[in-house]
Amino acid sequence: MAHYEAPIREPLIVGDKSYHDISNDIAAPIEGKANKWWWGVFLLALTAFLWGIGAIAYTIGTGIGVWGLNNKINWAWDITNFVWWVGIGHAGTLISAVLLLFRQKWRMGINRSAEAMTIFAVFQAGLFPVIHMGRVWNGYWTMPIPNQFGSLWTNFNSPLLWDVFAISTYLTVSVVFWYTGLLPDFAMIRDRATKPFQKKIYSLLSFGWTGRAKDWQRFEEVSLVLAGLATPLVLSVHTIVSFDFATSVIPGWHSTVYPPYFVAGAVFSGFAMVQTLLIVMRKVSNLEAYITRVHIENMNKVILVTGGIVMVAYLSEFFVGWYSGSSYEDFTYLSIGAATGPYWWAFWALILCNGVFPQLLWIKKLRTNYTVSFIMAIIINIGMWFERFDIIVINLSRGHLPSTWTMFEPTFVDVGIFMGTVGFFFVLFLLYARTFPVVAQAEVKSILKSSGDNFKRERDNK
Amino acid sequence: MASNKKYWKSVEELNENSSIVEKLQKSEFIEDLPTDKFLGDKESLSNSDTSRRDFLKYVGFSTAVASLAACEGPVINSIPYVVKPDDVIPGIPDFYASAIADGYDFANVLVKVREGRPIKIEPNKEAANGFTNARVQASVLSLYDNNRLRGPMAKGEETDWAALDKEVGAQLADIKAKGGRIVFLTGTTASPSVHALIGSFNEAYGNVEHVVYDAVSEDAALNAFEKMYGHRALPDYHFDKADVIVSVAADFLGDWQGGNFSAGYAAGRKPKNGKMSRLIQFESNMSLTGGNADKRVIVKPSEQLKVMQMLYAAIVEGKSVGNATPVEDAVQKALVQIKKAGSKAVVVTGIQDENAQLLALAINHALQSQAIDVVSTKNIRMGDDSKVAQLVKDMNSGAVSAVFLYNTNPAYTLPNGSAFVEGLEKVGLSVSFASVMDQTAEMCQYVATAPHYLESWGDVEIKKGHYSLMQPTIHPLFNTRQFQDTLLKWAGSDQSYYDYLRAMWETNVLGGKSWNKALHDGSFKVGTEEQELTLNEVDLAAANVALSSAGDSEMEITVYVKTGLGDGQQANNPWLQELPDPITRTSWDNYLLISRIDAERLGIKNWTVDNGALNGNLVNVTANGVTMNNVPAYVQPGQAPGSVSLALGYGRTDLKKDMKVGVNAYPLAGSAYHEVSIEKAEGVHEFACVQLQHTIMGREGEILKETTLEDFVNKPVEEWNHAPVFSLDHQEVTQDKVDLWEPFDDTIGTKFNLSIDLATCTACAACIVACHAENNVPVVGKHEIRVSRDMHWLRVDRYYSSDMTVERGKEEGIFGSGDFFEAQTHPSDAPEVSFQPVMCQHCNHAPCETVCPVAATSHGRQGQNQMAYNRCIGTRYCANNCPYRVRRFNWFKYANNNEFDFNMNNELGRMVLNPDVVVRSRGVMEKCSFCIQKTQLTILNAKKEGRAVADGEFETACSSACPNGSLVFGDVNDKESKVAHLSEDDRTFKLLDFVGTKPNVFYQLKVKNTNEA
Repeated sequence: MAHYEAPIREPLIVGDKSYHDISNDIAAPIEGKANKWWWGVFLLALTAFLWGIGAIAYTIGTGIGVWGLNNKINWAWDITNFVWWVGIGHAGTLISAVLLLFRQKWRMGINRSAEAMTIFAVFQAGLFPVIHMGRVWNGYWTMPIPNQFGSLWTNFNSPLLWDVFAISTYLTVSVVFWYTGLLPDFAMIRDRATKPFQKKIYSLLSFGWTGRAKDWQRFEEVSLVLAGLATPLVLSVHTIVSFDFATSVIPGWHSTVYPPYFVAGAVFSGFAMVQTLLIVMRKVSNLEAYITRVHIENMNKVILVTGGIVMVAYLSEFFVGWYSGSSYEDFTYLSIGAATGPYWWAFWALILCNGVFPQLLWIKKLRTNYTVSFIMAIIINIGMWFERFDIIVINLSRGHLPSTWTMFEPTFVDVGIFMGTVGFFFVLFLLYARTFPVVAQAEVKSILKSSGDNFKRERDNK
Repeated sequence: MASNKKYWKSVEELNENSSIVEKLQKSEFIEDLPTDKFLGDKESLSNSDTSRRDFLKYVGFSTAVASLAACEGPVINSIPYVVKPDDVIPGIPDFYASAIADGYDFANVLVKVREGRPIKIEPNKEAANGFTNARVQASVLSLYDNNRLRGPMAKGEETDWAALDKEVGAQLADIKAKGGRIVFLTGTTASPSVHALIGSFNEAYGNVEHVVYDAVSEDAALNAFEKMYGHRALPDYHFDKADVIVSVAADFLGDWQGGNFSAGYAAGRKPKNGKMSRLIQFESNMSLTGGNADKRVIVKPSEQLKVMQMLYAAIVEGKSVGNATPVEDAVQKALVQIKKAGSKAVVVTGIQDENAQLLALAINHALQSQAIDVVSTKNIRMGDDSKVAQLVKDMNSGAVSAVFLYNTNPAYTLPNGSAFVEGLEKVGLSVSFASVMDQTAEMCQYVATAPHYLESWGDVEIKKGHYSLMQPTIHPLFNTRQFQDTLLKWAGSDQSYYDYLRAMWETNVLGGKSWNKALHDGSFKVGTEEQELTLNEVDLAAANVALSSAGDSEMEITVYVKTGLGDGQQANNPWLQELPDPITRTSWDNYLLISRIDAERLGIKNWTVDNGALNGNLVNVTANGVTMNNVPAYVQPGQAPGSVSLALGYGRTDLKKDMKVGVNAYPLAGSAYHEVSIEKAEGVHEFACVQLQHTIMGREGEILKETTLEDFVNKPVEEWNHAPVFSLDHQEVTQDKVDLWEPFDDTIGTKFNLSIDLATCTACAACIVACHAENNVPVVGKHEIRVSRDMHWLRVDRYYSSDMTVERGKEEGIFGSGDFFEAQTHPSDAPEVSFQPVMCQHCNHAPCETVCPVAATSHGRQGQNQMAYNRCIGTRYCANNCPYRVRRFNWFKYANNNEFDFNMNNELGRMVLNPDVVVRSRGVMEKCSFCIQKTQLTILNAKKEGRAVADGEFETACSSACPNGSLVFGDVNDKESKVAHLSEDDRTFKLLDFVGTKPNVFYQLKVKNTNEA
């Protein structure tokens, strides 16, 4: 009964698709030539990336002082961007690992790109803790490696060190998981390739995949094991990132709700980023048959749920701060002081983008609309950036001693580095879209007979 | 001639027919070289390991290596002593007793010298005037001022001493022949030997006059004293003997009459047996004294005269005064307390008006105040304004043949500086004895460049009978010659000034005592016989009437001096420029202080911009016939409405770009106040203000505790010094019961604690500069200060009270709303002021220590929170997690960087660096270290001597600089130590105790004497 799916479920593959059609569709962007749109966007992203490299070089050459930081607000855009990118990187693993364990077939259309996005986002994220160091060239001291410095060792009490391990573990597992899934698809490309160079490359990439039954069996097992490994990581990474703040003593940071709230926020922002990318991609790469309204709606539902969790966390933060009666809590990022203070615009940006607008997705008409979903995804991306900005900058700007209250303004270097990472991210994603099978075609083929539009119709009409 | 010698090449040549010889003549080698053998055989050639490519590689590599080896790194010569001087041990500092007497600051100091370089000024606590303020602490950097002249100058060109002597000598001889008038215009020297020298110069040339001129003049007080007591001097004050101090605009905790009164004042501020002194301040601009006062009454300058009159009328004439206005009411209340205190009361005034000063003297005389000392008078600030005015006139009329300028810069500091400059051009011979090309030296024909006081001999009698010696602590850095040596030379003497000084002291001062001892001590006290004080008959009534004639104006302007720059002679000292003013907490500027009410009337605002920095409007100020354009306006809480104030010492035009800040307020000096008109100008000024939130936002209970004397005496300690409590198993427990961490035993060995007494701290800022000097703290400049990147390891926070309290907020029903918080951020128009020095608190449970990923900051066995700079990778997490915000990040490379062109960017300025403290590199965090270099030295010395460290031996730079003894540092494990006792004191609290950081710094809360009756 593997091929049976209830008629009430909407098909996950629309159109009159055969196995061969799927192969053709997925291989088309790789085998075809890039159009001028691709080149336009790619050059734009590349320019931003190069600008970012310039800004980073300037920072390392001159000093962190070229950023807008000061002795009271020692982190701002750097760690905001770090947490934002890590958060974005959450959706991939959730989609591929957690949904695999829960046997959600709709993940098959989107998991490849979601994972790619994860990996590229984690690249960007990993950049910030490195370049935000005053002495980058000594950054390897954060690694517990045997050294000649005497008895010096890393400080295992430091959440920043936990970050190092959490992020690197997450990146490793994500890459392995992603690559494992890519093997049969690379093999498919290899088998179709006509140019010798391409054939050679894809032969190497596909690790000699032959498509024997034993291959498939091992493939399934490895996928399951990796999914089991990756699932706890979904929870752990952002939990540990939240420890950067939660274990501190600063009002607004010192908060026990942070770990679950950060995880929910990360999934929230990650799905928003997947939406942003895929709604565009299904159009330009002609993947409308595989990334359907059902996918978009399902993701919007996840966004609604995680957004709800985030909103509850905001409310509880706001309430508990107020209820404590502590003067120090009156100015944290979720407080009356913040709502009416000099950072009121950042406060309201957070509330509107993350709390208010996503509620529109309760309306089915809106959450199944591609344009609305796309705009909503952008809004959530902005809102989640502001969440991290608020947590870091507003809280640091209103510390314990009022004599130390000050503000932060980004410099062109801060902006440049952020734009640079956005550029880098799109450079990677665009290259990926042209060279990798962007949909896990092997997996999609496995549901063609159960969830393919034509097969369903045939079966139902019987 | 060609040589016909024949050289034998080989034995074969003996045989004439040898074919070999013949062959050798044709060819270099006897046999043909087998080139074919190794080049012709292609096979063996291709089998060879060394290919042509290899050969080229080797050649290339060797060339590269050879040329690389020829490159050399920068060579910094450090030359060891060939013959070590007996008194110099590398690494061990020497201390020399000396004295500063730059015409503005006078103090007995100890100079710390390392390997021949003076690097730090300490107070000479064994001498009577052994107090250092911020400027005295910073004066060591002025020694290494890159602006200093390298040698004598003649008409703007460099010259040498012989030529200068010859030229000036010829002119002097000429003047002498014509009987011309020679005038010495000097700042206050208070130097017996200089007076004697000018006397002997007079003998040599005749018609020599000495005019003393102070930029910041106490002429009014001197005149008043002269009228009353017959000689020109300033009385001394002992505020420790006063129970009630009434000050009318006398900033005696600042620089009033030369300053140095704070220690006496502080002594009366610790409540003892339920008693302490009470300070009532009547003033218009917020001064340090006003900020510390128990009661501050805001009075316009013109009304201050009336306050003096009322006090006079009540105390001397026995009349009653009304209480119709708040000021009158305050005066009446003060009078009640003065009368109650009797001779334990004192009235002082800083009004630059002779009559007001006369009344103050009369009041203190009538009270028979124990706090005023009119017998042992002070010799500082002896400037005579009328003589200076006459001199300027005489110079312009051509009546002066020669003028010698020493320790003074009248072209800049005189209100009529341009008239002086014009006059100077009419003087035949003008010689400046400046050490930098200041505005006056530029106008002089000759500059007989004088050395810095740390390179000079000298003497000074700061107070009658209190003699001090000044001695060189370094060989003159440049081709300079002391003023005194030059005088001797020009007076025709061959004697050196040192010989002269010593001879003079041995005959006139020492009275048979040892010169060496006096030099070692730096000071020498001569017992003065009790003189019968003659009190002149003074027409006080007339003085009183004269005061009434002063009309009041709508807007009045006064000038004042700031803690940092004083009279401005050290304006090129970046430490002082960067020092935030204790009241405004703004550095690198002077500005027009204006009240909120006037500011709103004129449409002037101060606001915070997006990067947190302070901006303000500019104004044009017209007063005393002078218009100053584009003066930044700073809205000062507590400024009397209808009055504005501007600080002296800024706006020097002879400095380089970065140091050229502020406007010159001297044109407005020399009077109690001026009528002023102010109009808003176009444009915006960027302030460098380090504190942008002025009020404490209702957090005083955990940050800055204060109580009243009444509560302190009558109520249990829990009520006025409440320790935070926490809930543990539903019980209220104190903080030590709720601890996440395993305790560790720190009762063995030394454990450093620092106690800060807020009751006696007057925010004089000496500690800040002392810390700056001791720890090689970089100067970062105006822009960096502006964007909250100040590097001071020690800051003194200043909080104003706000009118919006929690109670009032609840009454008005806005408590907890945005309006409430907004109102809370605004200081009161008549604020109470609190000061709090904050440095690294050296927490036993330091939040910074746990978060550093590389353990660059960790806890020392002696209690310090230590910072290992070379381990730091600069994540700045520690600074974010510090609730006290005391960590400072090196955002840029602050040394050897043209972007930060201060003392660490030139070889001369770097000489001031303390070799015991590393200069931090870019990208690392730094902060207060509890002066570990000093404490370790103390321990080491005790160890070498095989003894325990005695209490009081441990010092930090801040604690040793504090003139009031507010900072006490020591080993808290030594139960007998002062700091251990203080830690048990009832007044002791810890900053943000509830966070659980367990700091090793603790504070004693401030007690205010608010008794009105």
